[in-house]
This record gives sequence, C-alpha cells and structure tokens, in this order.
Amino acid sequence: MELTLHVWRQAGPDQPGRMEIIRATGISEDMSFLEMLDKVNDDLIRDGVEPIHFDHDCREGICGTCSLMINGIAHGPEEGTTTCQLHMRSFQDGDSIYIEPWRSRAFPVIKDLVVDRSAFDRIMQAGGYVSINVGAAPDANSIPVPKEDADLAFDAAACIGCGACVASCPNGSAMLFVSAKIGHLAHLPQGRVEHERRLRAMVAQMDKEGFGPCSNHFECEAVCPKEISARFIGEMNRDFIRC
Amino acid sequence: MSLTSKLTSSIGAKAVMAVSGVLLMLFVLGHMLGNLQIFLGPEQLNSYAAHLQGLGPLLWLIRLFLLAVLAAHVLAAIKVWRDSAAARPIPYSHPGSVQTTFAARTMLLSGALVLAFLIWHLVHFTVVNDPALAALKHPEGAEPHHPDVYAMVVAGFSHGGVSLLYILAQILLGLHLSHGAASLFQTLGLRRTGKAPSRVDLFAKAFAGLIVVGNCSIPIAVLLFGLGEDYLFSVLHAQ
Amino acid sequence: MAYQLDAKIPAGPIQEKWTNHRFNLKLVNPANKRKFKIIVVGSGLAGGAAAASLGELGYNVECFCYQDSPRRAHSIAAQGGINAAKNYPNDGDSIWRLFYDTVKGGDYRAREANVYRLAEVSNNIIDQCVAQGVPFAREYGGLLDNRSFGGAQVSRTFYARGQTGQQLLLGAYQSLSRQIARGTVKMFPRSEMLDLVLVDGHARGIIVRDLVTGEIRRHAADAVILATGGYGNVFYLSTNAMGCNVTAAYRAYRRGAGFANPCFTQIHPTCIPVSSDHQSKLTLMSESLRNDGRVWVPKKKGDKRPPNEIPEDERDYYLERRYPSFGNLVPRDVASRAAKERCDAGHGVGATGLAVYLDFSDAIQRLGRDVIEARYGNLFQMYEKITAEDPYQVPMRIYPAVHYTMGGLWVDYNLQSTIPGLFVGGEANFSDHGANRLGASALMQGLADGYFVLPYTLGDYLAREADMNVKVGTDHEAFAAAEREVRDKIERLMAVGGKEPVESFHKRLGRLMWDYCGMARNAEGLQKALAEIPKLREEFWAEVRVTGGPDGLNAELEKAGRVADFLEFAELMCRDALHREESCGGHFREEHQTEEGEAKRDDENFSYVAVWEFKGDGEEPELSKEPLTFEHVPLTTRSYK
Repeated sequence: MELTLHVWRQAGPDQPGRMEIIRATGISEDMSFLEMLDKVNDDLIRDGVEPIHFDHDCREGICGTCSLMINGIAHGPEEGTTTCQLHMRSFQDGDSIYIEPWRSRAFPVIKDLVVDRSAFDRIMQAGGYVSINVGAAPDANSIPVPKEDADLAFDAAACIGCGACVASCPNGSAMLFVSAKIGHLAHLPQGRVEHERRLRAMVAQMDKEGFGPCSNHFECEAVCPKEISARFIGEMNRDFIRC
Repeated sequence: MSLTSKLTSSIGAKAVMAVSGVLLMLFVLGHMLGNLQIFLGPEQLNSYAAHLQGLGPLLWLIRLFLLAVLAAHVLAAIKVWRDSAAARPIPYSHPGSVQTTFAARTMLLSGALVLAFLIWHLVHFTVVNDPALAALKHPEGAEPHHPDVYAMVVAGFSHGGVSLLYILAQILLGLHLSHGAASLFQTLGLRRTGKAPSRVDLFAKAFAGLIVVGNCSIPIAVLLFGLGEDYLFSVLHAQ
Repeated sequence: MAYQLDAKIPAGPIQEKWTNHRFNLKLVNPANKRKFKIIVVGSGLAGGAAAASLGELGYNVECFCYQDSPRRAHSIAAQGGINAAKNYPNDGDSIWRLFYDTVKGGDYRAREANVYRLAEVSNNIIDQCVAQGVPFAREYGGLLDNRSFGGAQVSRTFYARGQTGQQLLLGAYQSLSRQIARGTVKMFPRSEMLDLVLVDGHARGIIVRDLVTGEIRRHAADAVILATGGYGNVFYLSTNAMGCNVTAAYRAYRRGAGFANPCFTQIHPTCIPVSSDHQSKLTLMSESLRNDGRVWVPKKKGDKRPPNEIPEDERDYYLERRYPSFGNLVPRDVASRAAKERCDAGHGVGATGLAVYLDFSDAIQRLGRDVIEARYGNLFQMYEKITAEDPYQVPMRIYPAVHYTMGGLWVDYNLQSTIPGLFVGGEANFSDHGANRLGASALMQGLADGYFVLPYTLGDYLAREADMNVKVGTDHEAFAAAEREVRDKIERLMAVGGKEPVESFHKRLGRLMWDYCGMARNAEGLQKALAEIPKLREEFWAEVRVTGGPDGLNAELEKAGRVADFLEFAELMCRDALHREESCGGHFREEHQTEEGEAKRDDENFSYVAVWEFKGDGEEPELSKEPLTFEHVPLTTRSYK
C-alpha cells in the first residue's frame, strides 16, 4: 500500500506547528497503524530526518498511551479500538490520512503528536480513590457485592485514560473520563462511603484544568476504545445536582 | 457544597440550562395551546386573551419570571459556549464526527435565531408598532385590555412574509428542541442508557414535532385556507 | 572478590519466619519517618504499591516512571488473574499448597522462605485490593469468583474479566494518587533513571533524564527501590510494552548489584503468532484460555487443510496425550516446549508453520457461546482485531512468545540487593519464581513486595544503617561523576552519526537472542551468540543514527540508550545460559533432556542461584553462588503427567 499522510509536526511545546505531507510506501495491510508509522519513521531516519513522535507503549490496547486523531476520529475509524490495535486493512491503497494530536487546552502538545495528559492524573489526585491505608482491609468476602453492581463498576473501571473522549468532544469535555472514574467507585460499597466528597472534588478539578462542559453530543462514547457508556455521565450529573 | 460554586461549575451551568429549558418548554407548550384556540373561533380566543389580561399584576409576575428564566437559559448558554471555545484553542484541520447530530452542533445558532425571532415577535404582537395592528389592539368602544386578538392574528399572518418568517422560526425552534428536550434528561441524570436509544429521544422528537406542527398550523390556515378572513373583513368594515 | 551472599533467611519453622522477622525488624519512629527520603523507580504493581505504602507510613517518597502517567506501567497488561490461598472454593487450597505449587512450578530454583512468605501475604493482597475498589469478578451471591490456572489443580485465581492487571494497577495508582495529593509522594512521570549513585558503598540516589526537556537531574535519598520490571525486550519481539527496558537494573549491576539467573526467561505458550518482519510486538492471549480451549495440531505432517475440515481422529491433542492429569493446564514452560516440539516436527499450522490451534468448539458446544463470551469476550475480540479471524468459528492460532523474566537483581530475604540501601521489587528482582513462573503469580509477587514486604524491610534498613541527620547532597562528587558518565554516553550516542536506525539494531539483537538463547538453547548456539553480540555492539556504536538532539523529547535517543544496554546485557544472559549445564523451568538446554524430551534438572551441581558481578568493560563477570536448600518441598522430577 501507498498512502499520503498529513501529519502535525511541532518541534517543541512552545514552537509553532503545521501539517506536513509525508508519503508512506511499502505498507502492508497486516501492519497496525503504529507499525505503519514505524515504517515511515524508519524511512525518515534513513533520510536523516527526525521521525514523527507519537505516544505508544503496550501496543495491545490496554495502557492508554497511544492517541492520534485519524481523519478527525479519535483512534481512527474502527469502533472500540485503540490506535495500536487499528490495522491498515481498515484503509485503502492510495488513501490520504490526516493525523493530528489530541486537541485540548488541558492537553498541551509536547512534540508532534505527543501531548501532556497529566491533567487526568491531577483529577485523580483530587479524589479518585478510596481513602484506606494498606493493612486495614477486612476479609475480601466480608462485604458481598451484587454481581450486577460489580459488573457495572467494572464497565466503568475499564477506562484506560487515553483521552479520546476529550479529543473527540466538540466541547473538549472530560466528562466521560471523570464519570467513568466516579462511576467505578460509586457502584461498589467500598467506594460509596466518600462518594459525594470525591464527586465534588473531581468535578472541581476537572473544571479547573480547563476542560469544556458537556453538551450531550455522545461523541465520547462513540470513540471510546473501551466502549464506556455515557450513562455514567448521567449518573454523575444526577449525583452532583443532588449532593 | 455551596449553591454558587455548584451553579458556576460546568455541570451546574448545564443544570441551569436544563431546568430553564424545561420551564421554557412548558411555556412554549402553553403558548401554543392558547393560540390553537383560534380554531375555536374569535369569541373563544378573545375571551382567553381577556382572561390573561385580567390577571393584572399576576401577569406581570409571570412575565418577569419567564424573562428571568430566559435570561438564565441564555446566560448558561453563553457560559457553555465560552468554556467550550476556550477548551479547544486550536481546531482540527480535518474535523470529523461519529454520532453527534446537526441539531446538537447548531444549538447556539438555532438558539440565537429563535431569540432574535422572539424579540421581533414581541414587538410585532405585544408592543405593536404596526398602525393597522395597533387599531385592532385597541378597538374603539371596547373596554381597555380587551384587544381583538383574533383579528390581530389573522391580520398579522395575512402577510406572506410574516408567515414565512414565523414558520422558519418554528422550524428552528423544533430543531433546538429536538436536541434540547432530549439532552436535558441526560444533564439532569434521568437518562439511563448513554447514547443507546431511549424513550427520551422519542419524546424530544415528538415534542419538537408537536410544537412545529401546532404553531405552523395557524399561519398556514390563515394564509392558505383563509381562516378568519371573513371575520377580519367584518371587523375592519365595522370600523 | 566474589560476593559474600547472605540471604538473611530468618531462623525458625518456615510458617513462623515472616512473623518472627517482622517482630525483629527495627522500626522508625513515626515522627522521624518524614525525615527519610526514599526513591522509588517504576510505578507498576511493585513500585506503585511501594511508593503508596511508604507514603502512607509517612516517608518522604519520590517516584519515577518513564511513562506519561504512573497508571500506564506495563503491569496494566496482565490479563488472567492473581493467585491467593483463600480457599474460597473449598477445593483444598492452603498457604502451604500455594507455596508448594510455586516452588515446584519454579522447578526448584527459588528460595523456599521467600516463596512461603509470598503465599502467606497473598490473602492480604486480595483483601487490600477489594477494599480499594478493585472490581473482581463475583458470583451471583455477591462473593468473589475464582478460576483455575496453569500449574495448579485448585481454583485460586481471582480475576477481573481479562484485565486483572489493569484493575490491580489502577488500585495501586489510586492509592498512589492519594499520597501525591497528601504531599508524601512526589511523582516524576516521563523521567528515566539512567544511573545509580553510590556514596560510601550505599545507594544514595539516581541520575534521571527528564524525557520532556532532556534535562539531566540528580536526586538524592536515604534509600533507593528499583521496581523497573523485566528485560524481555532484549528479544525485541515480546509481550512487553515497547518502552520496557533493562537500563535501570543493568546500571545498578554495573554499580555493583549482583544479577541473578539472567537466563531464566519465560516463554508464554499462548500468543498470537508472528506474521511478518514489520511486527513490533507480540500479543499475549491469556493463559486462562487454556481452561476451556483445547490445544491440537494435525496428526499428518504439513496438513494444509483448514482446521474445520480436519476430522477429529486426525487431530493430535498433544498436551492431553502427553500429560493426561494436567492436560491443557500444564505450566507455561512445558506447554511452550511442547508446541515448539510439534512445530519443529513439522505439524505446525498457519502460513509459517509456527503455530498450533487453540480450539474452543467443544467448550462452545458444552457451555454455549454466551458463557464463553462472558469469560473471554475481550480476548476473542482482540484476537479478531489483530488476525481478522473469528475465534468463535475458527480455532485460534497460537505460538509461544517471550513474556516474563524470572531472573533479575539478586536480593536477600529483605529484598535488598548486594548494594546496601538498594532494594528491588517485582519482576526486576529474581526472588520468588525460580526458573519458571506460574500463571497469575506475577501480580501476586509485585503487590506482595510493594504493599507488604518493602515497607517493613526498608524501615529496618533505615533504622539500622541510615542517619536521618546526615544527608548526602546532590552536590556530592559521586553525583557529579555519575552525571558526567550519563552525559558522556548521550554525547557519544549523538556523535556516532551512522546511517542505521536504532530499531534495526534492536531487531537484529532480538533475532540473535531468539535463535540462540530462546525457548531451547545449546552450548554451540550460545557460544555463537557470545561471539556475535560484541560484533553487533561494535557495529551499533559505529553505524547507529540517532536523530534530533539531546534536549527536548527525543524518542530515538531514549531507544538508543536502552538498546545500548541490551547489547551489553544480552551477553550476560547468554553467559549464564551457557554456564547452567542443566534444563530447568524456562531454561531448556537441549543437551540435558530425558528420552521423552522433558527438562532434566541437575540438582547435585546446579541447585543454586547464579549471581553475576560486573568486573568492568571487557572483563568477564564473576559468578557467585547462593546454594538453595529444599527442606519442605522435596526435590522431585517435576511431572504433570
């Protein structure tokens, strides 16, 4: 396959950036999207050009490091798929592909397609935990949890913190991420104890980081590689208004 | 949590928008039901109008309340718009979307146009600066505050331009409602499905459709089917 | 001078060792804890849990990771589960049985006392994680569910769908986040440790490169914990994350920390086979799949028929045939070798002939598609995304791949390395898995080290050997010297100015290691590798091209530093593999096998931990031995028949 890539290049955090056109040749449809970029980078390096920087690590869709807006869709065209699990068989020979970094005031660009997502960590530090110390836990089976609740908590906890929800939201909102984090603990008795305190603190931090408000476009849910439901946003709204 | 910090949070602003939206929806529905009495004849509509006028100070209270609700809705919209714009200073050069709707993406525009229409509408029928309509608003020999609303409506919609503007505005309002009336459920935490189809979506579409059809039926009846033509003729000739 | 290896195993009956030891450990006065600074490198299960627990205790902790967030450490990718001796299913499990299975599964190359402690604290881990809000799988009655896993005949594995590692790591990350908010832990993401700093023979700090700015920074502390994971990426293709590397551990080795059993690597039997040269990594399919999947190859050599057209009596369910009592649930090393044996004999399937089938059709027929989907849905989905084949219809194709490294920095019972003040936890140390790790035991060990061992033993070190009033500043000459070396290496890498990308050297090294130091090894191959690696290293230093500059984010520079260390470390691995003239666990020497092709241990001559000591560039490392004694688990030939 041969492709025309339109890639955002930016040398550093405070440098101006622009879209550049790069030809990708010798691409096989069995390559993952990131392996396609590996190949392009290999060619660039051999030509003495600095390769395209992008975030990636586990390459099995679980660490949440990889990102990329691919033709305007976070993580590309396949549903429920991270960029590292997207394969070139989803594209046609001769395609033009636009590759841009996550765009959000709260995710400043570090270099090329690499952005700083530490805002998510700060939201977690505001209250995304159960306040217990090591050693104080009772026996694991001392509090039964209905299977339905545990399953629902898991559905929310599956969030990999990649930031696709923010990137795809027309408002740049982080509501799906925050509500998944809150929803995970809210559906378990262990997390229920400090639910309201956690909710208020995390929403306040989310606003402080400069994420936008939610206008219920549901784009976040559509691009989420873990297919986390926006029902958790609804639940978070309800609890926030009540508390 | 203090009410102010709650209201100024991103979720709070959206809640204000949703609650004010519900109130405005109720008003729009009531307003439509009132106006539809035009199909029951001049006496019915005019006595309904007289009844409203007869509320006196209470009417002003209701008007002030509605104005406040509208202001809250608009202010919340401005906040959401500004915060959204600030959240993405650099736009995508190749934007895309998966499942958002035209209505959702154009809420600000449809809202602003409906607001502009609303102002024109108030000037047109309530303040009244058209001498022909003014004559109908204060008919000779009638008690004060007993305008001939029926005749005013018919006279107003007899202009093709006015009717067209009115119909366009209703379509915009319907578009606005088709997203807003569903969205408010999610904002208030009453929707349990995420994007997956919900009765909420059906409700919003039905409500928006009802408002558009109901409100547009009047200018269409006047303009195309001659509703009240004879009545207006007789009123004008009686003068 | 060889190491004087003292494992510091406490006296007394094995069941009481840890209890007694905890009583004998010295304590740090609560008011004094904040005066001690501790560096934790790595934020996975071991590092994240250690940093959080030490923060809770009141120490002044600095935690470093190369990822952009501590939540992304590679522990997150563990799929199957975590073992604990809760015996909730009432199937006869106990601490003793978990201990026994782990020592036996490790092919008698682990330290009994450490393993017993691991089994002992396993139950506390589950309690702790549940209290943190880890959404483990549950039964309809609301209690925790268990499943069985390779190498055990009881169901002791707790799991959270196929994402157990993720959920456990998020639990540790949440605890860590709480401590960061409280100010007890200072987090340094996108920071890579490039050297260890010793002052008067004690670990007193690290040199770090800020991966965003390129700044080289010095950090001083009273003790250093390394929890930097394994070195499986020496093979280039592995199930490790792309960033996983040996640099921190290898740099510590160069500073004097003994490296134990580097040749003990685990090849995981159920991975998606390699499809072509462009492949950058291998994807694991959880071992739990072997609970319901049956492994087979065609009986006829080179049978190219589609799997569904091969009739039942022409299929060879070789694991069930060879190991009737454990069947498809034999330990990983056994399953991997059996797959290799069948493929080498010409029965392999798929385009390359390097794959076997993992077939779910019986299970789907017996339990229904819904049950299989509930158990493995996400794994099946992942498989389909990568291979474009539907495993509900066609059997999966799997092949072994490098997955975990049992070897690591040598530590004593307190998890302290041969350098005082340098502690090592999780996969980075060698301690608990011997020559083969059982499934669902890595998560257990990481969290045991982080939550329940290091917080105690580190306090003892500080109380005994550190003086909170005497601080080593980063202006100490040792820091300056270490920083010079780091800067010098970066400058040399940038200055090579060759033409070949770093990745290309990494791939070549990986190929070499897989061919000669992979699933099966022999003296001839290892000697060949030992001859080739230095040549490749020389070529690297003459031909590599590192683009960009030393400042700012530079992924090529990061990779180059890591590959440079792999190129040195690979030699140590081969040397260790060559010296160990026996087959045990993941280390299979072709010269040492039974007539049936099973691993043949040599307990008389090799029942020890091989600990290597760095002697300088170009010098041969020196071997020291920690003898292993087995008082509780009798040395027998491991049999899963």
